[in-house]
Order: sequence, then C-alpha cells, then structure tokens
Amino acid sequence: MRILIVGGGTGGTILANNLARRLSAEIRSRKVHITMLSDSDKHMYQPGLLYVAFGQMTPDQLYRDQKSLLEQSVDFHVDPAVEFQIDKERVVTKSGETYDYDILVIATGSRIVPEQIPGMTEGAETFYTEESALKMFRKLRSIEEGTVAVVVGVPHKCPIAPVELIFSLHDYFKARGVRDKINIKYHYPIGRIHTIENVAKWAKPEFDRMGIEYETLFNVKEVDSENNIVRSEEGTETAYDMLIAIPPHSGMEVIEKSNLGAGGWIPTDRHQLTMNGHDNVYVLGDTTNLPVSKTGSAAHFEAEVVAENIASIIKIGTPVRDYDGKVYCFIETGHDSATHAMFDYKNPPDLKPSSRPMHWFKMAYNQMYWTSVRGLL
Amino acid sequence: MSDIKTIDARDTFCPGPLMELITYMKQADVGDVLELLSTDEGSGADVPEWVTKVGHELLSNEQIDGVWHIKIRKTK
Ligand SMILES: Cc1cc2nc3c(=O)[nH]c(=O)nc-3n(C[C@H](O)[C@H](O)[C@H](O)COP(=O)(O)OP(=O)(O)OC[C@H]3O[C@@H](n4cnc5c(N)ncnc54)[C@H](O)[C@@H]3O)c2cc1C
Repeated sequence: MRILIVGGGTGGTILANNLARRLSAEIRSRKVHITMLSDSDKHMYQPGLLYVAFGQMTPDQLYRDQKSLLEQSVDFHVDPAVEFQIDKERVVTKSGETYDYDILVIATGSRIVPEQIPGMTEGAETFYTEESALKMFRKLRSIEEGTVAVVVGVPHKCPIAPVELIFSLHDYFKARGVRDKINIKYHYPIGRIHTIENVAKWAKPEFDRMGIEYETLFNVKEVDSENNIVRSEEGTETAYDMLIAIPPHSGMEVIEKSNLGAGGWIPTDRHQLTMNGHDNVYVLGDTTNLPVSKTGSAAHFEAEVVAENIASIIKIGTPVRDYDGKVYCFIETGHDSATHAMFDYKNPPDLKPSSRPMHWFKMAYNQMYWTSVRGLL
Repeated sequence: MSDIKTIDARDTFCPGPLMELITYMKQADVGDVLELLSTDEGSGADVPEWVTKVGHELLSNEQIDGVWHIKIRKTK
C-alpha cells in the first residue's frame, strides 16, 4: 500500500507522523510505504509572522528542518508536485519523477494573491510572508502620525488575524507613545466587524474602548498608492498614511493547473475529507473548499481524522471517524492578554473574557507547536 | 444562461455564509447565477444587504425548512 502525502506543512506533517505510528508494524513488514513530497526542506511556524511584524520574534525562530520533524519511516523528498494525474493515480514532480499511489493526501496549503487587487502589492504592507512582515515592522517603527488603515481580502487564512492585528497595533503605538497621533481604521468585508457573530459582539466594545474607527461592508477593489487611497467594491474610500492588508488567498497553482478545483480549492467531503468523487484521495487544511476556517488548528484536527481513517481502512477495511468541523483558535488581545474560541459545524464559539494566563499559554504554544506537528501533543 | 452554482454554506460559523459567497462571487463570471444555502438566521437579511450595496442582482431569497436559499446574479 503506497501512501503519498503532498505538502509538508501543518496538516501534512501531523498526518504523516500520526500514520507512521499507527502503521509502524505494517511499515516494518513492508506492507505500507509512506512518502511525503514538499517544496521546501524547512517548515515554518506561520502564526509567528504576526510577532515578526511587531518585532517580538525574529524570522530564524520560525523555522525547523522538515526532516527533523518527521518519523524516520516517512520517506521525505523535497520535490514539489507539478501535476496531479488523479485518473492515473500518480503525481509528477519538478525533478521529473513520477509517484504512483494507492492513497493520496493533498495538503499543499494556500498562498497570498495581493496581485488580484490592483495596487495592493505596491501600496499595502502585510505580514503573511517573512519578507513582508519584516518590511511592515520597519514601517511600524517609523510612522509617527496619521491614519493606519487595515483592509481584509477574501478568502484569507487565519480569520482571527484582522482582529489580533488591531489589538497589537493599539498596544504597539501606545508603547511607542504615538497612539494619540495615530488613527487606526479597520475595514471588514461583511456587515459586522468579524465573521463569527460572537467574536464581533465581543470585539465591538473592545474596539470602542481602544478608539478604533471601523467601516463594515468594505471589500477592497483597488489601492491607489500614488494618492494613498483605498477604494471598496461598495463605492467608499479611505485615505491612509499606512495601509496594512490581509491579502486575498488562493490555493496552489498546481491544484488549479491539474483541474482539481477552481481557485486552487479542492471540492472535499465535509466529514470524510475525501476529494469529491475520489475515495482514495484525501484533502487537508487550507486547500479544501470546506466552509471551515483556514487555520493550523483545522488542519491539525482534520489530519487526526484522516490518519485514523486511513489506518483503519488498512487494518479493518473501513473508515471509523467523521470530521465534525472542529477549530480551536487563540485570540491575542494585545501584547499581554488573550482569549480563545472553539467551534465546530454545529456549535458556535462562546467567548470568554481575555486574560494574562491565556496569553502565556499562547506563548507556550508557540514553542509547543513543534511537539504538536511531531504528533506528540 | 450559465448553470446555477450552489454554494453549500450550511453549518458554518467561520468563514460564514457571506464570506463564502464573496469568495465564489470573485471566481464567477458576469451573468453567472449563484445560489447560497445557509442555516445562519441572519443570512436572510445580511446577504441581500451586501448584494444590494455592491450592486449585484438579488433574484430570490427564501427560507425552506430552516435553510436560506438565496439566488444572486453577478452583474459586474
Ligand atoms: C500570519 C499568520 C498567522 C496565523 N495564525 C494562526 C493561528 O493563530 N492559529 C492557527 O490555527 N492558524 C494560524 N495561521 C494559519 C495556519 O498557518 C495555516 O492555516 C496552516 O499552516 C494550514 O496548514 P496546511 O497544512 O493546510 O498548509 P501549510 O501549513 O501552509 O503547508 C503547505 C505545505 O505544502 C507545501 N507545498 C506547497 N506547494 C507544494 C507542491 N506543489 N508540492 C509539494 N508541496 C507543496 C508547502 O511547502 C508547505 O509545506 C496563520 C497563518 C499566518 C500566515
């Protein structure tokens, strides 16, 4: 049985390690072989980018060698997929190799596509890549006064990031002693300040307390970086001195090119996490088209379900679990407090007041992530 | 007329039905009709509010057995 995992990020790594342990006897007796393909020998802890953008972490702290995170029995190759031939049950890679499989797992994640919005690449800061987070930090350090506008593209990974960003901006400018000279204006695509109703209800008085201006029903149409104006699809505009964008996202190009899903989002069964119409192809994490937050936490819970099901199919011929849409998110509410939200397909999150211990727990999790992807947590 | 594309946003709190609609609207061509399915009580009002504000065409909006069925034509 050849299991091929494409993508060595959060979902792919947790899945590979979990499977390698569940199937250790089968791997030893050569009945099962697990191969992982990724496009980098490094693994990045992406949530750390928000800290990099505020000078609280340096980029080197975000990386580990991917091989060091994997069980030894996982056959790991840095050789990105360039074509998925689902009908022939094989994947072609950049080096020209062809990998045949019995079971395929796709966990290639998502990428920012600021270029889809005219002017966004040139005109806006962001923190969704290492380079941009560093650039944003330099700008945050130097701005003395004016309007800092925040805009949010759709879809985007880490849906809580826009709110966390606001809390961090407020604390950062306060610490620099310039908060009273800087107006922070938040723009959000739908009719309230966060898509989760309970988060919106909880965040609104917090925004009011911090003196954050906000405009809802604002979908970015274009950025006029010569005149420092951002315009919305809805016909409004904001003048800014510094613009920070959560850029819109797509799935990976290879997914679209191989006709697996428009926008790089693969049509996926909500509960079994199989690609629609293909029972031996599983999809994990950001690249699914599921109406589930694009978060490491969703990728983690999905990976556990897929690992258990693949292992049980091999051992007893049938899957044993359904994914219930579970997501768990820390919400940093500034530089020394945090809260959290847990929800699934049926149950909305119930937000608790933020606290210092929750912030320390998130700080600890920033390190525990490496234990978590090894499958030990 | 192009086929109707159904967006199944039932039982989602995050990203939520309107965010799902905006995502698929960006992928659609002008003239396409999208049908959004939502179990969020607020969708019956939130979605038409956005559709009207941005200038797409609301074709129908009805709740059947607890599920909102909202049809929209992309106009720009
Ligand atoms: C700034 C920021 C803050 C965030 N904060 C949080 C947070 O607080 N909580 C949370 O839960 N999530 C957070 N996230 C989101 C989280 O990081 C992602 O949702 C998560 O990593 C998704 O996991 P994944 O396995 O789907 O994709 P990824 O972890 O992105 O992994 C994709 C993998 O696929 C590989 N790959 C890509 N193309 C190919 C190819 N062609 N062939 C082979 N391999 C390929 C990549 O190299 C990578 O290893 C944040 C993200 C960012 C950017």
